[in-house]
This record gives sequence, structure tokens and C-alpha cells, in this order.
Amino acid sequence: MVSIMELGIVRDVQCGDGVVVSLSPTYSGCPATEAIEANVIAALEDRGVADVTIKRVLSPPWTTDWISDAGREKLQKYGIAPPERGGSKQALLHGQRCIPCPQCDSENTEVVSEFGSTACKASYRCKDCLEPFEYFKCI
Amino acid sequence: MSSAQALTGYILRLGDNALILGQRMLELVAAHPELEEELANANFALDYIGQARLFYTYAAEREGAGRSEDDMAYLRAEQEFRNLLLVEQPNGHFGDTIVRQVLFDAYYLLLLGALALCSDERLAEIAARAEKEVRYHLRHSSQWLVRLGDGTEESHRKVQRSLDDLWRYTGEMFAADELDDTLRMSFDGPDLETMASQWLTNITAIVDEATLTLPQQTGMARGGKQGIHTEHLGYLIAEMQYLRRAYPGVTW
Repeated sequence: MVSIMELGIVRDVQCGDGVVVSLSPTYSGCPATEAIEANVIAALEDRGVADVTIKRVLSPPWTTDWISDAGREKLQKYGIAPPERGGSKQALLHGQRCIPCPQCDSENTEVVSEFGSTACKASYRCKDCLEPFEYFKCI
Repeated sequence: MSSAQALTGYILRLGDNALILGQRMLELVAAHPELEEELANANFALDYIGQARLFYTYAAEREGAGRSEDDMAYLRAEQEFRNLLLVEQPNGHFGDTIVRQVLFDAYYLLLLGALALCSDERLAEIAARAEKEVRYHLRHSSQWLVRLGDGTEESHRKVQRSLDDLWRYTGEMFAADELDDTLRMSFDGPDLETMASQWLTNITAIVDEATLTLPQQTGMARGGKQGIHTEHLGYLIAEMQYLRRAYPGVTW
């Protein structure tokens, strides 16, 4: 699966007496934020780090442009079409997209709903292989 | 009131707008006319609640009285809420909801854009985060207003009525009070007069495309920013706060 490093959510790690991990929320209301923070703390505690602090960093605001190439590939393999690159402003304002199907690569796809199972994804359908898929929206 | 206290009050008010509007939208979960709107509405409501949490947490820290974001949301009385009258208006039918959203989204997007440039770093950060989300909100609500206005005779008539009825709540958004003035003068905050005319230009463009008529009414309702609300807020607060107040100290 995609890691929070690959999603660009981890902004910084400072090791001193304790460890301070700086994370950025993706959307203001992302329900996974607390789960991610809890998992980071648990992962470090499992490795013997007793003193873990999470810092929430809002600035500059997280953008899908920070998702790494490896992250994009993993999203695709998982069946989620990765966000267009550098298209944040364009996508937000004009909404013109051509999203290839993550299953069969066809560009003959259409948007079913701008809003999918989570705040960050839209629902799409491939008109060639007929599979539905989700698209990770640019922000 | 010091400018630091004014800033705290201002941030609390931003939290109130986000929370009350988020709560209104949550009332529509499982009650929307179609599935895509269900998803859209739920996702947007999440954004608003998330923003409310960010604003409330910051305001509580600044206040330094040991209150938490939950205390701000669940333990304040009606007159302590300083949200705009517009956001507490009931959902009504789908057209009423969409008009309320458009009128507020167009304002909120401009406001957040301006606040992202203010001199308080944390407020600017929250605003920059929220602005990106609110762009999607306005896109959605304005597209719906066009479909409803330039739709059938029935949808056009209904949504024109919604616009006429809600217009009286738009003046308050741009009526600067002490907190707004402090933001502008001490923290490089927005000039509401300039924002009002930009808002009107943007709204006029959407209303024209929707083949609707811009209301001419100039009498505007006030009071939300001072804690004097319409009869609707009491019911909303009661429903929102009931569980927390009935079972003090309750946790999941």
C-alpha cells in the first residue's frame, strides 16, 4: 500500500531526546488524520521510541503535487487513478480532465460523480473495460 | 478589548460559521435527493467540521482558559455563538440549500483568500488550507444554481424565491464590526467593503448565467455576529449539544 512518506504527508522528523514527527493533514476534515497520527506513534513505540510527539503542520498546505512517483504507481496498482501532476489550480478552476483507466489504461473514461467514498476522490467509469474506479482529485 | 483578544474572538467566530454550517449540512445526510449529492454534501460537511476544529483549537489555545475545541462546540449557549445569520437558516428544499451555499461559499472563498495573507501565521495557514477546499464547494453550488435557475419553470420559480428570501442575510457578511476592523487594521486582514463589491460581481455573474434576477432588497438582517440569532439557531444548538450535555464527560 501507499505510505505516508509517498503521499507527502510526513514533512519532517526530528530526533533528539524524543522524536518529533511533523505531519500535514490533506483536507481540513480528513477523518484519517487522527488514525495516521496514532499509527505513527504506535509504529515508533514498537521500535522502542518512548517519547513521540506529533506536530501538525499546515503551512504550506498539503497538495497532491507532493505525492511521489512511487506513490502514484502504487495508487494506480491499487486501482485508484492518481491525481494529475501540476494540475492543481487548473483542475480546481476548470475541471477538464482526461483520466486513464487504472485497469486497462484506456482514456475513454467518464466521471460518474465528483465525490466518491472519501473527500479526496471522485468516482469514474471506464467505457472500454466497463470497470468503475476512483480518481484522486487534485488539490 | 485588546487586539489580541479581538483576534481570538474573530477566530472563534470563524469556527462558529464553519460548525453551524457543517451541522446544517449534516442534517441532510441520508436525506439528499440523489446519491451524488449525498456524497458531495457529506464530503463538504467534513471539510467544514474540520475547519471548525482547527479554528476552535486555535481560539481555545489563545484564550488560555483551559477550554477545548469540544467545549467551544458543545458547551456554549446560543448567544455565545457569533455565526452569521445566513449559515443558521434551515435547509428547506434543495433549492434553498443551494442558494444558501452559493451566497456563503462566494463570500467564504474571498474571505479565506484574504485571510491567507494576514499577519497572523496560524490563521493564515488554516485559511490557506481551507481555501483550496472551498473552491470545490463554490464550484459545486454555483453549478447547481445554474442548473436550477436555467432549469424547468418550477425549479426556476422555486430557486428565485430562495434567492429573494435569503438575500436579506447577505449584508451582515460585509458589515464590519470591531473584530473585523481590528483584523484589518492590526493584522493585515480583509477590507470588507472591497470584498463586498467583488462578491456582488461574482454573484451577479452566477445569477445571470442561471437566468435569475438579482434581488433589489436593501434592508438587511443583522445580529448573528453579536450573538443575537434568528429563531432557528436554538433548535440547531439543542440538537447538536444534547448528547454532550445530557451525559457530561461522555467519550467514544
